[in-house]
Amino acid sequence: MTDTAPPLTVPLWRAAHGRTGDKGNRSNISVIAWHPALFALIEAQITEAAVAHRFAHRRPSRVQRFVLPQLQAMNFVLDEVLDGGVNDALNLDSHGKALSFLLLDLPLQVPPSLAPLLRGPAD
Amino acid sequence: MSPSPLLRIGCAAGFSGDRTDAAAPVVDALIAAGGPAVLIFETLAERTLALAQLARRADPEAGYEPLLVDLLQPVLARCLAHGVRIVSNFGAANPEGAARRIRRLALDLGLAPPRIAVVQGDDVSDADHRPLLQAALGDALTARPLVSANAYLGAEAIAQALREGAQIVVCGRVADPSLTVGPAMAHHGWAADDWTRLARATMAGHLLECGTQVSGGYYADPGLKDVPGLATLGYPIAEIDADGHCVITKPPGTGGRVDAHTVTEQLLYEVHDPAAYLTPDVVADLSAATVTELAPDRVRLAGVQGHARPDSLKTNVCFETGWLAEGEIGYAGVRAEARARLAAEVLRERLAGLGPLRVDLIGVASLFADDGGRWLAEQPDGGGRDVRLRVALRHTERAAAERLTREVTALYTCGPAGGGGVRTAIRPTLGTLSCLLPRQAVPARLLWLD
Repeated sequence: MTDTAPPLTVPLWRAAHGRTGDKGNRSNISVIAWHPALFALIEAQITEAAVAHRFAHRRPSRVQRFVLPQLQAMNFVLDEVLDGGVNDALNLDSHGKALSFLLLDLPLQVPPSLAPLLRGPAD
Repeated sequence: MSPSPLLRIGCAAGFSGDRTDAAAPVVDALIAAGGPAVLIFETLAERTLALAQLARRADPEAGYEPLLVDLLQPVLARCLAHGVRIVSNFGAANPEGAARRIRRLALDLGLAPPRIAVVQGDDVSDADHRPLLQAALGDALTARPLVSANAYLGAEAIAQALREGAQIVVCGRVADPSLTVGPAMAHHGWAADDWTRLARATMAGHLLECGTQVSGGYYADPGLKDVPGLATLGYPIAEIDADGHCVITKPPGTGGRVDAHTVTEQLLYEVHDPAAYLTPDVVADLSAATVTELAPDRVRLAGVQGHARPDSLKTNVCFETGWLAEGEIGYAGVRAEARARLAAEVLRERLAGLGPLRVDLIGVASLFADDGGRWLAEQPDGGGRDVRLRVALRHTERAAAERLTREVTALYTCGPAGGGGVRTAIRPTLGTLSCLLPRQAVPARLLWLD
């Protein structure tokens, strides 16, 4: 196979992992590549706009992305997505701890040559 | 002058409610390593302190970590015998009470009374500080009954206590990483404006402060992120050198894993701008941080830089805000999801006007969903066959909260077919406002319990 072959579309969790943190009404979600060679793809495709769209139902007032290439990681900061946060939200998960799994389900296009670096079961 | 030896800091709790059998393997590893060592317990999340303040109102001797004795009893004698010092924020709303309880525990165990220092000054709920809070918060300060007001203190008082010979340092609200920075400052002799070293120790503390979240806890995902021994996780130990760089590891023979991925997940946990992680001690900068696997379960963090600390201290003010009412009922079998959705419609109609009602279909749409119901509205009936309906609302009046729970209970007979397993709960709620207070207005003080 060569890179002229059509890309695969996989969920982001096959290329990266992450964790959610919260402070007040703000959530941060890390995205960490499983392999350095996957990071450029992730950086190019998992943009602030893509994340804002994914979380549109939570009406973020701002989505910021901080890129840490030496860690093969990005940190997304989503403002006002927690319905007030731990004291005020009515969600069972008032911290929004599950939200990394919403982000990590975003689609990612991967050239077949990089497919061996993906983790986890294919769908 | 040769550099001071490594300081090992083990963390045996990441929140109030963490495993109470965590400390023994950590203390064993610290003693086996043989060098200077400190054991920390981080037990104070944002809301924990307000809950502790309510406990102290009910009982003046209470208000510290409820599991204090469970945490310390298994390891106190060995820590004191081997010079492993203990630093914690388990004092919560009553650090002096916690210190007295620890002394009593030591006596009960037949030990000599330890030298205990109490860090005071974080509690700004008294009348003296009221004008400061008023200036910071305005009318919001008096709109609801105040429960607690605490500034996040830094590492300096902890370092001073250790330099003056404390075997145990009991704090209330201090910044979580300061539990690590204080011992590192005292041990390595760093100045309070040695920003780069303080920043490095701050991030070591950040990696430790959630307990096993750096050593395999909160990481496992079967088939993708497998973690051995999740039931017997090892709590983390940081080896901090004279320049503040650290190696994260865990006790031998424990479960869990420490690798570049577990450490990076925790490094970015609750971080916003990685170039400006603010604490009372320093502004840490992760822009050039590196995470390197040295050996199995040994990971080095390096490259953290530091900038001058903020002039103000973050302060959390907690208020009583009313009541949270929740109710659940379950449906199973054919058309279960449709019946749960119908029950939700009934509740919306019956409770119209009471206030915004949250609706979850647990098993179909809940955790990802928003309080406004937009996510749920986008999910078509997927034919779920085992679904719990949950509704929730907040209200300032308890009577309104009780209306919700009564309406859910009435679904037993008046709702769709086959509903069962009603559970309801009403709880008082707390709200938090944050503000910044000038550092010089909130000095830390040491009290010695001799």
